Amino acid sequence: MERYTEEIRKRAGNLLKEGKVDLFIGYAGGSVPMMNRPILVRRPEEAELLQWDSFCGLNLANYLTGCKERIGVIANGCNSRNIVNHIVENQVKREQVYILGVPCTGMIDRRLVSSAVGGKDILSVSEENGTVTVETAGSKEQLNKGDLLQQNCRICTHRNPVIQDEMIGDPVEEQKGLEPFADVSEIEAMAPGERWEHFSRLVSNCIRCYACRNACPLCYCPTCFVDDSRPQWVGKGSDPVDTMTFHLMRAYHCAGRCTDCGACERVCPVGIPLRQFTRRLNRDAWKLFAWEAGMKLDERPPLDAYRPDDCNDFFR
Amino acid sequence: MKGLRSMRTGPTTAMTSSGRARSMKEQVFSKSDWLKRLRALAGSTRIYVPVKEPEFHVFRILGEGVEPDFDYRNTRLSPKAIIYPSSERLFECSLDEKDPACNIFKDVDKDRTPLAIVGIRPCDAHGFGIVQRNFDNPEYKDPWWVSRFESCTLIGLGCSSPGSTCFCSSVGGGPFSEKLLDVLLWDLGDQFMARAVTQKGETFLAQAGGGAEADQVAKKKAEEVEKSAAKRLGRTISADRIRGKKINDLFNADFWEDVAFGCINCGTCTYLCPTCWCFDIQDEVFGKTGDRIRNWDSCMFPLFTLHGSGHNPRDKKVQRLRQRFMHKLKYYQDKYNAGVQCSGCGRCVQHCPVNIDIREVADRMNNV
Repeated sequence: MERYTEEIRKRAGNLLKEGKVDLFIGYAGGSVPMMNRPILVRRPEEAELLQWDSFCGLNLANYLTGCKERIGVIANGCNSRNIVNHIVENQVKREQVYILGVPCTGMIDRRLVSSAVGGKDILSVSEENGTVTVETAGSKEQLNKGDLLQQNCRICTHRNPVIQDEMIGDPVEEQKGLEPFADVSEIEAMAPGERWEHFSRLVSNCIRCYACRNACPLCYCPTCFVDDSRPQWVGKGSDPVDTMTFHLMRAYHCAGRCTDCGACERVCPVGIPLRQFTRRLNRDAWKLFAWEAGMKLDERPPLDAYRPDDCNDFFR
Repeated sequence: MKGLRSMRTGPTTAMTSSGRARSMKEQVFSKSDWLKRLRALAGSTRIYVPVKEPEFHVFRILGEGVEPDFDYRNTRLSPKAIIYPSSERLFECSLDEKDPACNIFKDVDKDRTPLAIVGIRPCDAHGFGIVQRNFDNPEYKDPWWVSRFESCTLIGLGCSSPGSTCFCSSVGGGPFSEKLLDVLLWDLGDQFMARAVTQKGETFLAQAGGGAEADQVAKKKAEEVEKSAAKRLGRTISADRIRGKKINDLFNADFWEDVAFGCINCGTCTYLCPTCWCFDIQDEVFGKTGDRIRNWDSCMFPLFTLHGSGHNPRDKKVQRLRQRFMHKLKYYQDKYNAGVQCSGCGRCVQHCPVNIDIREVADRMNNV
């Protein structure tokens, strides 16, 4: 992963120099370990700030919404699929974006790194060829990147961009033979009451900060239903009913659109495994409509199109 | 500052120039005995302790089956919610038209159970001092906040190993600062050394009982722990020049767009912060009763400043982000002349999903 950084800097700088794009959106190293930040590069010399490694888990499609300029953007599988979503949903035009494709071998979940070193204060993290070196006060540990991947990356089958104008590096081999929805089956096996308990427990720590919603590239509504005040659909306090309403409604609004990029889980300050809310809907989209979100520029998403061969009787 | 600590009965001995109580009798408690004594007190006082949950530490009420973990860095959420809950019912009324008191709001009974937060970090205690300026000042006294804070004893646990994102000592605190604390504890391995800072703290220790007077060995050890902690504190922030700058120069500085680019306008920074105090009042109806509720609010949310007319004076994220830092680092300094509205706990630095770092922003403002 990390070896693409130089090439990204060079290409982004050139795109700006050549005037092919007005802006370039990518990631820069952060001020604390494992926390890269999205940055907007305007001048070729600023391209030196760009970085690509296993801590680029925020979805950059989020930053394209409503842009008027010509934008260059770094895209691995997830970013590219959400860019496709954005184009299909008219949030940005295809000709506006210059996609610098980059293959991905998965993003690291910083919580797993933290627990791998027993919760010690992490001073620095570096990676080389799949080995992650974690420095804490008084110790240095080498870990295997494969053990530290975000859950969604473990079952990812689209590590390479599905759409790009130029590739940095050769595509990586896609993961095969995975059981992508084993997690869904586990929850499905629960009795209804138990399942309700399970989901209630998941959100019991929720502080309604909306980081999940705001990090999600799908959540671009000008006013989210939870923010409406005339009428007010949902209470704004910490009542569990309101919190659950927010999570369920948000998940349903992502049905057939979610690319399982994992940004929601990544940003949650209290560690809620938010993908559990969207995973079943992703499987439904797959089972009922043979649909994976963000793969095709020329097809409407299943919940936004009428098809005579729809799986539901009432629809035909 | 005057009057701010009025509710805290003053220190029992003279303060040295460094603000530290001098020649206070320190006591030592064996850790296992300390816990037993806390449990005994838990019958009459609601005692909050740090507890390790799967992902992080939280303050929970000490009760059966609750195992405190004092060997912790800090809780994910600050303990501000213990005094100032994220949602709090202030008034209630009947909506039953047959009820003569229909539609008349009445106070909800205030809970005055004695509280103690045991193991609170000095930065978070300092945070209460900052929030206090808003809820308890000569002009306004917020009855809910004040009554709860008055009934609370803060038993601080000095930070033997501050984290890499901590910067308490550059915002008027320190890993062993006694600010706002009633008791300060030093972790000496298998013992705690305790110093009562206020009368309230002394009473708490007396009620707990079982302490032995600290000898020179313990005191020496505590001093060493303190020294090594000071050395471990990482980056500092400087906000000293911000106060002398014109609001407009800071407000119109050219770096805000840059800082705001990545911001997703979530409430992580404000909700994890021990010093953010903004709230929103909402009326809710349940059957035939109505509640008036106070909820935490966040200046990061567009709804925060949305006018009834539909106009929003801060409809862009850059305006909202600027407000947060201007309030913490400029307006607060100007208004209260008591440093910045930040106690250096580093939660926002650690958990901002897009790595917006208040230490960097302070530097940039300081250098405008």
